[in-house]
Amino acid sequence: MIQTPPPEMGHPLADTVARFAWLLPVLPLLGFALNGFLSLKHAAHAGPADPTAASEHAHGDHGHAAHGHDDHGHDDHHAARHPAAKLVSLIGPGVLLLSFGLAVAIFGAMRAAHIEDPYILTLFQWMPTGDLSIDVAFQLDQLSMVMVLIITGIGSLIHLFSVGYMQDDPGYPRYFAYLNLFVFFMLLLVLGSSYPLMFVGWEGVGLCSYLLIGFWFSEKANADAGKKAFIVNRIGDFGMLVAMFLMFANFGTLSFTGLEGALGDVEVGALVPTAIALFLFLGATGKSAQIPLYVWLPDAMAGPTPVSALIHAATMVTAGVYLIARSGLLFALAPTAQLTVALVGALTAVFAATIGLKQWDIKKVLAYSTVSQLGYMFVGVGVGAYTAGVFHLMTHAFFKALLFLGSGSVIYAMHQAYHATHKHEDAQDMRNMGGLKAHMPVTFYLMWIATLAIAGIPFFSGFFSKDEILASVFARTHGSTLAEGALLGVPGSVVLYVVYALGLAAALMTAIYMTRMMLYTFHGPNRTGDAERPHLKEAPWIMTGPLVVLGVLSLAGGWFNIPPILGFLGADGVLHHWLEPVTGAAELMVTHGEAAHLSHSTEYVLIGTAIAIAVAGIAFAFAKLKPEALKPAKESPAEQGLAKTLYNKWYVDEGYDKAIVQPTVAVSRTVLWKGIDVGLIDGLLVNGSAVFTKALAWAGAQLHTGRVGTYAWIFVLGAVMVLGAFTFF
Amino acid sequence: MLAESLALSAALFAIGVIGVLTRRNAIILFMCIELMLNAVNLSLVALSKVYGASGEVFVLFVITVAAAEAAVGLAIVISIFRHRQSVNLDDINLLKG
Repeated sequence: MIQTPPPEMGHPLADTVARFAWLLPVLPLLGFALNGFLSLKHAAHAGPADPTAASEHAHGDHGHAAHGHDDHGHDDHHAARHPAAKLVSLIGPGVLLLSFGLAVAIFGAMRAAHIEDPYILTLFQWMPTGDLSIDVAFQLDQLSMVMVLIITGIGSLIHLFSVGYMQDDPGYPRYFAYLNLFVFFMLLLVLGSSYPLMFVGWEGVGLCSYLLIGFWFSEKANADAGKKAFIVNRIGDFGMLVAMFLMFANFGTLSFTGLEGALGDVEVGALVPTAIALFLFLGATGKSAQIPLYVWLPDAMAGPTPVSALIHAATMVTAGVYLIARSGLLFALAPTAQLTVALVGALTAVFAATIGLKQWDIKKVLAYSTVSQLGYMFVGVGVGAYTAGVFHLMTHAFFKALLFLGSGSVIYAMHQAYHATHKHEDAQDMRNMGGLKAHMPVTFYLMWIATLAIAGIPFFSGFFSKDEILASVFARTHGSTLAEGALLGVPGSVVLYVVYALGLAAALMTAIYMTRMMLYTFHGPNRTGDAERPHLKEAPWIMTGPLVVLGVLSLAGGWFNIPPILGFLGADGVLHHWLEPVTGAAELMVTHGEAAHLSHSTEYVLIGTAIAIAVAGIAFAFAKLKPEALKPAKESPAEQGLAKTLYNKWYVDEGYDKAIVQPTVAVSRTVLWKGIDVGLIDGLLVNGSAVFTKALAWAGAQLHTGRVGTYAWIFVLGAVMVLGAFTFF
Repeated sequence: MLAESLALSAALFAIGVIGVLTRRNAIILFMCIELMLNAVNLSLVALSKVYGASGEVFVLFVITVAAAEAAVGLAIVISIFRHRQSVNLDDINLLKG
């Protein structure tokens, strides 16, 4: 179990292509530098930009259009592409594809080598301070490899899609520069061999998400969304930092391998690992948008749609899941923390799903769906089923990226149609869509694949991963450290049953709201408008192509890890065996050294339940929701009652505003500003010292009469005092 | 003799100080300063009887410097008088800050 850092020369990967692993992140960094350089040259004329922005901002202020990138949604339609657009289209996705190619090659080498220990590629010394020496070193093992393949693979597809989607934006090179930089930091995050290096990537993706969410920063709402994401993430980062401090104070090391070695003789349930794990989880809730820090993600839909697909479905938000999987041994020592993770994940899954039921903005539905699915992943890694969690991370990257990009295509088509007729409507409101099946058949079929996958219909990818998570929860209700542990006095097995039930509830709602989205978008009559209808059409192939690839992955992704009980479908547990060297030890610790095990009959019942729930959800949505009854957004009445509460997201943002923001502002205003700043610092210290000096000077000036007599008196007095001092002391 | 000389010197010095502190006429002030200088001279001469002749040498220096100073001071006082028709120090506070 204890892994010592392997000598680099002797490692089986040392002589393979893996020694070029440093190129994986460096290539996107290079892309960032080149595109960033190209973005310094401004587009001559502002052209139309993001379709999403068109309707909302059509009547916006165009007074500062001179900046060149805030003119989206404007009426005049001369598409003025950035002069370097062609070159950027080559560099942006190009570096990613190269990186992906290298990742595939390294993956091949790793498969051939059957490595047990991670391959540590040290680049240079970074922080030699006292007892602590941290290198910039990359850790290649089975877990980071899976993440690298997802990031570069899905990332390449999203980059290609962006070429079509963002082509006419005046900020095109800037967009790709940010995107490349994001991928660089994300790769740093998963490749870093120590927590501090991971933290660099962690902060870097935070920065890039801020830049990308606020990409159209000339609209205040977009800039605010970027800030919100950034600030909420800072709260989580505080947890991560505290965790690192605790780690160094107690174990004297911050590298993954070093920590695993140091944990060898720590007892299960000890206080220190529990505290570290809980603080790490706080960091994860920030980045992965879990209760209570999930509020930033739905707002983050203000960015361009491919950004949502990349950051908020496939990569950054899954960093928290990766963090916990990476710290598996630590969490295995802290059942209380694990139960917390699982419970928070399950609550988030249900909570976000309820909100998803009543959203009208197509991207908001997907945003809450992401929050909800991330909850599932946390349930998986929380109960120590790291493979299941990572598996869902992977399938989710497939189908959620497909859903986001698909919605991007839909929004693109809607926008083009509105553009053609100079109409200003919300291109993202599902009440304005309907019947798109006839106009965009490819997108329609592909998005149904993704919907069935996320709903958990058998043989689609999401079914396998979701089922594995739920089965893992069930399997750990008996005979595991979790079942013997307790959370706030409640026995662990009870908590796990609750988590399982919440997971089923979330699955039911997922099936309902996803079907609702499909019904309202693609089925029923079209509500776009008679003049607009002829302009609705499928997006160009540069956008549809990546969708097809993702469609295949969403369909077949489940085959990466078929449960043994369904082994007749093909080789079972491929991902499980692959991840074994990294997560196997931690998984076995949770289950007392034996593989989690369910009887076949139980497992069939669980699978049956999951299928029944998915089918019931879809059937319910079909039976209950009638797209024919919908009216366009303008004519729709406001929601009432519970629906209104759900539409307004349970008023959580308002609650935070009342409970945290307003008191903070009030305290800042009265105590900090009026009291401390104006009163104490400005009043007493700054002006006070001035007044004091002035008074002193006035007193001195009174002596300074210019009359010789006065001076003589003072002189004599002084002389007497000096003489007196000599005489009497 | 020494004690009496020093007592006289102290008395003269005190008279000089009181004069400086109380009188307003610049000329009288000068005279009082001279008085103080001479009181010091007296004690220097008296003490040189006991401690050697260096005190008497100092007296010569003091007289010389005092004479030079008086010449300069008197010139200033005269030019002030020419401007203001007064040598009353209460009227003169040009050095006020």
